[in-house]
Amino acid sequence: MDSVVCEISVEIKNADGLHMRPAMMFVDIASQYSCDITVSNGERSVDGKSIMQVSILAATYGTKLKIRAEGKDSEKAVEALRELVEDTMFNEPGPEEK
Amino acid sequence: MKLADFVCFKALIPRLESTNRDGVIAELVNALDAAGKLGKGNCKDLIKTVIKRENEASTGMGKSVAVPHVKSNAVSEVVAAIGMSEAGVDFSSLDKQPVYSIILLISPVDDPDKHLQAMENLFHHLQTEKFRKFLRQAKTVAEIEDLIREADENSTL
Repeated sequence: MDSVVCEISVEIKNADGLHMRPAMMFVDIASQYSCDITVSNGERSVDGKSIMQVSILAATYGTKLKIRAEGKDSEKAVEALRELVEDTMFNEPGPEEK
Repeated sequence: MKLADFVCFKALIPRLESTNRDGVIAELVNALDAAGKLGKGNCKDLIKTVIKRENEASTGMGKSVAVPHVKSNAVSEVVAAIGMSEAGVDFSSLDKQPVYSIILLISPVDDPDKHLQAMENLFHHLQTEKFRKFLRQAKTVAEIEDLIREADENSTL
């Protein structure tokens, strides 16, 4: 099976950052894909399917994260995660709306 | 940020009396109140808020720990209370297993970054099997306090 690697950079846009609820949403979506997903904040890389690991990224508003997916559905996975982080912003307000 | 920066040593409960989720939450909030950490905040309201948050999505993240948390005007800094249950408490955890260690976190309303830092620190240690085991086995306030201080000194714990 082909192993496709996809890597994108996303920015946290909701004011409260990647706290537990968004982290759970992230893990929920990541877990729908079979590819391996790692998320990195430059200092550390963690398993994108583990709630505890995603939480320790402590990504605040404005933080840039690298999402790396490896596996046959990696392209779809990174796009779904980008949409969650940057477009729907975990259904949370940005800083100007607070 | 270190654990000792936000864990309230006067709100450590090695043996929780309650065996249900809401009772445990009340015990932990009351412990923070008794320790004088909640200012003018209303204890009963805070308990309700924590339970409401917990009903929206469980903070039982598996591996026998739960981390209920809310933002509140009652605090100006992040504070945490820790309690252990010998019998285990149903927190509707992700892994459907009972939890034995519960860490309640109250964060100020206007400082989301501090909340994230405290969570980062907490989860860093909670990911370590040794830390979870020692926490669960702690029988006295002093033992929990020692563990917290040791974890602050030794990041692999």
